[in-house]
Amino acid sequence: MQLIEKRKWFYIFSSILVIAGIVSMFMQGFNWSIDFTGGSLLRYRMDSSITADQVRNTISDLKMVKEVSVQKSGSEFYIRTNELDQQQTAQMTAGLKEKFKNVTLESAESVGATIGSELARNALIAIGIALVLMLIYITFRFELAFGLAAVLALFHDVLIVLGLFSIFQWEVSSYFVAAILTIVGYSINDTIVIFDRVRENLRTRKKEALNTLLNRSIMQTMNRSINTVLTVLMPLVTLLLFGGSTIKIFVVALLVGFIFGVYSSICVASPLYYDIKQRSAS
Amino acid sequence: MRKNTSIAIISTIIVALAFLAYFTYKPILNNIKLGLDLQGGLHVVLQAQEKEGKTVSSDTIQKSIGVLEERVNSLGVSEPIIYPQGNDRIVIELAGVDDPEAAVDIIRNTAQLEFWDENGKVLVTGENLKDAQAQLSSSGGEATVNLEFDKTGAKLFAEATAANVGKPIAIVLDGKTISAPTVNEPIPNGQAQISGKFTAKEAQELAVLLRSGALPVSFSIMEKRTVGPSLGSDSLDFSVKAGLMGLLAILIFMLGYYRLPGFVADVSMVLYSVLVLGTMVLLGVVLTLPGIAAFVLSIGMAVDANIIIYEHIKEELRLGKTLKAAIESGFKRAFLTIFDANLTTLIAALVLIWFGTGSIKGFAITLSIGIVASMLVALTFTRYMLVWFADITKNNKLYGV
Repeated sequence: MQLIEKRKWFYIFSSILVIAGIVSMFMQGFNWSIDFTGGSLLRYRMDSSITADQVRNTISDLKMVKEVSVQKSGSEFYIRTNELDQQQTAQMTAGLKEKFKNVTLESAESVGATIGSELARNALIAIGIALVLMLIYITFRFELAFGLAAVLALFHDVLIVLGLFSIFQWEVSSYFVAAILTIVGYSINDTIVIFDRVRENLRTRKKEALNTLLNRSIMQTMNRSINTVLTVLMPLVTLLLFGGSTIKIFVVALLVGFIFGVYSSICVASPLYYDIKQRSAS
Repeated sequence: MRKNTSIAIISTIIVALAFLAYFTYKPILNNIKLGLDLQGGLHVVLQAQEKEGKTVSSDTIQKSIGVLEERVNSLGVSEPIIYPQGNDRIVIELAGVDDPEAAVDIIRNTAQLEFWDENGKVLVTGENLKDAQAQLSSSGGEATVNLEFDKTGAKLFAEATAANVGKPIAIVLDGKTISAPTVNEPIPNGQAQISGKFTAKEAQELAVLLRSGALPVSFSIMEKRTVGPSLGSDSLDFSVKAGLMGLLAILIFMLGYYRLPGFVADVSMVLYSVLVLGTMVLLGVVLTLPGIAAFVLSIGMAVDANIIIYEHIKEELRLGKTLKAAIESGFKRAFLTIFDANLTTLIAALVLIWFGTGSIKGFAITLSIGIVASMLVALTFTRYMLVWFADITKNNKLYGV
């Protein structure tokens, strides 16, 4: 397959996704969870015949919270508000119990605003340092062009997942940070396996052109790339279909990330390596 | 001869592994520490508040942790986790608490007890308390808290009561007056009683607070997560079942696609899982939802190591090498690939252990253990299993060629 020759199309496809994501990030931003914004999230179990509107009105009548949003999923109600203290939480539970039957508070989370910004900062620092160290390692074990291509492809994966979460307004919580990290780990692993084959082929290379060599390397590792991503996706798909509701978004992030991880290893990282090599040669 | 030895070795190993898995399954399940998101409980981050005359040092934080431990123990929590974070924060994690909201109330009170005279002068404080016990009235009405001062406290209290006969002494907790009884006569024996229209439960909580002593500084709640026990186990049950189904799918896939080596991979996965989960139990690593994801990812990487090896072997076989030679050179070539790929991921995981907190740290630790275990298993166990199998049968078809 002439993958390297078709790289223009992959670049266009990736650019469209990345740019759309970035535009969305600037236009509508993210659906941050309270992990980042601060605030309270209460989860109640109530009769499923009760509507979200009824709950919202009941809470408004209590006149104790500034902002409130209610989401209903079966018999579970997620109530998100500004940060509540112990007393206010108890007050809200009492208020709901007064109005509705069979109310139980299943979980209550309150996060101060400073914690959220720390979480984001630490995550960014950690990813930044990890990227630099990986770049150094790959340069040391391979060469700089491989390192640059791998890290750029990784950047691409992270941007696409961030972009999709912004476009579809999926909630970004601290689990999302873990998901991004998992994607980084997987995607780099995937890329290295292909680059390793390229390195091997370069050693025994005679007069083969770089693009044919890259195509050959990709095809030689194609079986492995597909089988590996299939095995990683299997538990994710079962988790998505049958897993607890709390981790759905987390699993979606991983699914999207792994698929783009394998795509970028094949269709972005190797072409990037080719272009970097071509440029430095001329 | 060789064939028979290999059959014996392989059967012994498989039987031994089956026993290992069977006998470690229960202990691992019972001993693995589950995060609060999986079993319910309470996670609180307290932030020390600097005030005039009360600076926050590592010493005050250590003292506060001591006080908090005593309070938490009174709640009857089996394995409380309390540790400092940064210079001025304390993290408390209590698993399996039935009423996490009530626990928060007990934890965050400063519990600074003071006795004031009419002019608001502090006569004696809770620092000089020796004991505090709730006393329930026999009639079932108001409960009281009986206090006993230590030597200095008894002396101060005796002086204070002697100086204030006929006047009220206010009993103040965290700046709020609970009651202000009038002193009838000096009290020399260091005994006092607080009656403030308590219910039995309130009196007991107050006694706990006073017994454990006051926190040296006051704290505000930075972050609080309480998960009821039902929710925690709900998501755990679902997720574990779903995870197992996914793993089963991997096992079937490997067997179907790679045949004999696939079977070896499946056996390796059993050993791998026991290794990773066993290490987590031994190190006391807490398993959280992100941790499960890390486990799934590391399984993927462990399977990947096998896939890389088998693809190399297949290639060598197609080049016309004998099975044994193909296995040898396949492993040699796969080793570098697996090593570089896994080490790159390990670098990322180690950075996260260093920088991450809470669930992210747990994630990174699980992933690191998984990567190391997967390399170990793939490069030793899987390798020898394949060599032994090669003694038994030389049929290339079993290798998918």
